[in-house]
Amino acid sequence: MNLSAVRTRRDTLGTSALRPDGGPKVQGSFAFSSDVWADNMLWGATLRSPHPYARIVSIDISEAIKIAGVETVVIAEDVPGQLTYGLIDSDQPVFASEVVRYMGEPVAAVAADHPETCRRALAAIRVEYEVYEPHINPEDSISGAVPAIHPNGNLLRYQRIVCGDQNATGPIVVEGEYEIGMQDQAFLGLEAALAIPDRDGAGLEMIVATQWLHEDRKQIALCLGLPEDKIRLTLGGVGGAFGAREDISLQVHASLLALRTGRPIKMQYSREESFFGHVHRHPAKIWVRHHASADGMIIKIEARMVFDGGAYASTSAAVLINGVTHIQGPYRCANAIVDGFAARTNNPPCGAMRGFGVVQACFAHESQMDKLALACGLSPVEIRLRNAIRTGDRLITGQPVESVAPVERCIRETDAIPLPPDMTPSPHELSLPGGSGRTADRRHIVRGVGWGVSIKNLMYSETFDDFATARCRLQDGVVTLKFATSEVGQGFVTLAPQIARSVLGVDTVIVEPMDTTIGSAGSTSASRQTWMSGGAVDGACRLVRERLFEHVAKEHNIDPLRLEIDDTDIIDTFGTLRIAVANASAGMVFEETFEHHHRPTEDLDENGQGNCHVAFAFVAHRAVVDVDTELGLVKVVQIATAQDVGRALNPLSVLGQIEGGIAQGLGLAVMEEVLMVNGIVKNPSFTDYLLPTALDAPEVVAVLIEEPDPQAPLGAKGVGEPPCISVTPAIAAAIRAATGRAITRVPVRPSDICL
Amino acid sequence: MSETQFYSLRVNGKQREVTDAWLGESLLYVLRERLGLPGSKGACEQGECGSCTVIIDGAAVCSCLVLAASAVDTDITTIEGYSDGALTDVQQAFIDEGAVQCGFCTPGLIVAVHHLLEHTPRPSEMKVKEALSGNICRCTGYGRIFAAVTRVIEQRDHQ
Repeated sequence: MNLSAVRTRRDTLGTSALRPDGGPKVQGSFAFSSDVWADNMLWGATLRSPHPYARIVSIDISEAIKIAGVETVVIAEDVPGQLTYGLIDSDQPVFASEVVRYMGEPVAAVAADHPETCRRALAAIRVEYEVYEPHINPEDSISGAVPAIHPNGNLLRYQRIVCGDQNATGPIVVEGEYEIGMQDQAFLGLEAALAIPDRDGAGLEMIVATQWLHEDRKQIALCLGLPEDKIRLTLGGVGGAFGAREDISLQVHASLLALRTGRPIKMQYSREESFFGHVHRHPAKIWVRHHASADGMIIKIEARMVFDGGAYASTSAAVLINGVTHIQGPYRCANAIVDGFAARTNNPPCGAMRGFGVVQACFAHESQMDKLALACGLSPVEIRLRNAIRTGDRLITGQPVESVAPVERCIRETDAIPLPPDMTPSPHELSLPGGSGRTADRRHIVRGVGWGVSIKNLMYSETFDDFATARCRLQDGVVTLKFATSEVGQGFVTLAPQIARSVLGVDTVIVEPMDTTIGSAGSTSASRQTWMSGGAVDGACRLVRERLFEHVAKEHNIDPLRLEIDDTDIIDTFGTLRIAVANASAGMVFEETFEHHHRPTEDLDENGQGNCHVAFAFVAHRAVVDVDTELGLVKVVQIATAQDVGRALNPLSVLGQIEGGIAQGLGLAVMEEVLMVNGIVKNPSFTDYLLPTALDAPEVVAVLIEEPDPQAPLGAKGVGEPPCISVTPAIAAAIRAATGRAITRVPVRPSDICL
Repeated sequence: MSETQFYSLRVNGKQREVTDAWLGESLLYVLRERLGLPGSKGACEQGECGSCTVIIDGAAVCSCLVLAASAVDTDITTIEGYSDGALTDVQQAFIDEGAVQCGFCTPGLIVAVHHLLEHTPRPSEMKVKEALSGNICRCTGYGRIFAAVTRVIEQRDHQ
């Protein structure tokens, strides 16, 4: 991709405009939420349960409170408002009071003068537990074999999809059972917030790293028993999110400590605490059976999908829906019967992570497509081309795919990308599987190629009235934009000014701080902000342009409909008028606020029928791997990809999302897993939870498929999630091709390859 | 706390007094919380991620693993020591090539890249990858970071 070719003078839409926060970020002066502080500030810290399941017999804070420098210790009974919180169901206690349901559940919090004082205070809190045997098997939760571990029961959600002829079958039947491990988002910037109480103690201000300021505010207000307008949230610099900041973590604890002490509270998790402080990607087990004709056309899908939701609901219900509605993959299928379960266990709570339920489904359906190809004597490419969804096809939910659906083109363009050269007889040792471990032996290395193709819904589903708000002010040729959209690294702060420049013909665009003084922008998740907040900024700018045109038209006594923006000028399309926007708006202020709503969606009925999703994006991945078959080590050599992006509003940002998503999908394929033994997390650190490094990064060759989507405000589809979805099964398939092993589980472990 | 100490550190060429500090504080903590230098970031506390990379007596180290009080009589350079207003070529290349997304790993990477190119002006692709493999980036997948390093190498070659 030639990125320099699309740079222009004005950083409008379609150019690779550079990040406005790049300067501060490269100099270390950008204020992340962990960098903010206040005079007279205290540190806050959380005491967490060491047990996955236990009754709390007693909590004794008397020794902790005596420690010099400790200002307060709070437990469940100190929570003034609602005792629980949660994104969909409020089922998670602010502090556990009677029972702890997962390892790491918060039990108490302290405020003290120094992080070390906090640590000592936490160590001095005596909690007596009656330890129970944890329920860690989701199947037991589904069958009712174990008693409910929560008043709301052990089944977080069940959803069935029944579509078409249940007796349909074909000459080819392939089935498999697939397992996906628990992945951590592992953003670099740990959870952090500064809570500053109001002088009257009746409210507070919080600077916090989050994906959704307004949702945080709502949940904080409920738990504190305060009206929402008494709580003002400002986005602190966010060091990545990937879904892990959609749920509340330390927000309520820090707020409570601030109100109790009347002093600013800074809270910041350690890496270990972060592993317990946010939700993870759901581990899942998926059984699928495909029925197909002899020439490989899919006739029916049967599936049973079990997602382990862990101890609390978080977004499990929505993750499950994404799982069951995407199990067909980007392939036509007229008949289906799918059962999906999200189960409560004493494992850590699971919720949002980039890909949101579709990652799990995709590993299963793509593994099946390769089985189907084999059974039909077709290539992995051919089987996918034959079944590829097109615009207008109906999904197994009955929903027609109204989005532009260039699945076939994604596959063909990926297939056209040249394969990497063969491994040389004496390759650089660092390029071998095992990398810097320098353990691999050239003689045992086998190369494999594998495919993955995916469909991903964009935005929230199932009747959620999703919207984003933005305000645009034009004054003297300068635009100021205001929105509450969380910038988590994705680059909305780059895109929003590009929109304003394109719509209004200005050059200078100021983005105000993101906070709750304007309406919600919704969450930075579900690949939705370019569409939703982009739509809101576009809408606000268009309203301002209308007013500007009316003003100019009146001044020049012409019809405003004849006016348009040309570069930085307003021109009369019928005549000779040309006036610079800066001049036309001199001494004037035009200000408009716009709320962008996407079209309504429907709930699924008991048979899983309904138009539950807003829109879809598609992508194809081809992986080339080298495997040391004796050591079970994998080096991903190249990922080729063609992604349906609608319209690349900022090609450099899109490429960044693609490469970054691929690295995370690679992590799930061969490295990353939160390991648990009987509910105990064994590797909550970067020493033991392995992340892709510079040496693990494959060559990425990306093609952007630009077919603007008429439903999207700017023609652009979300590009955040698709890159990380089908890359995982592509890598798994490549390992299969290299080794002949079944590879039914990700992450693929050395023992899956060579034992 | 009782176990406190006075000492001084030489950071970015300036002698800085540290007063009433608990002896167990890491260099990263003291830089960030006591000396007003929050550019170095903490993300793992185990020397695995490189976000806190600083230069001590010419060596790139993870400041989270160094006891601040043990760093007296050393020369410490942090990200704040690289630019006084104007961006370095490495910093500019990171912006121009899209190597920055959330930016949390960026200060550590800038320090690491400067250190690499100072000691190895024309590193091979593998050398770059090895040198940066101690700096975890979760957003970019490293592609744009490699592009930024390549740009700097080429620019310096042409100078």
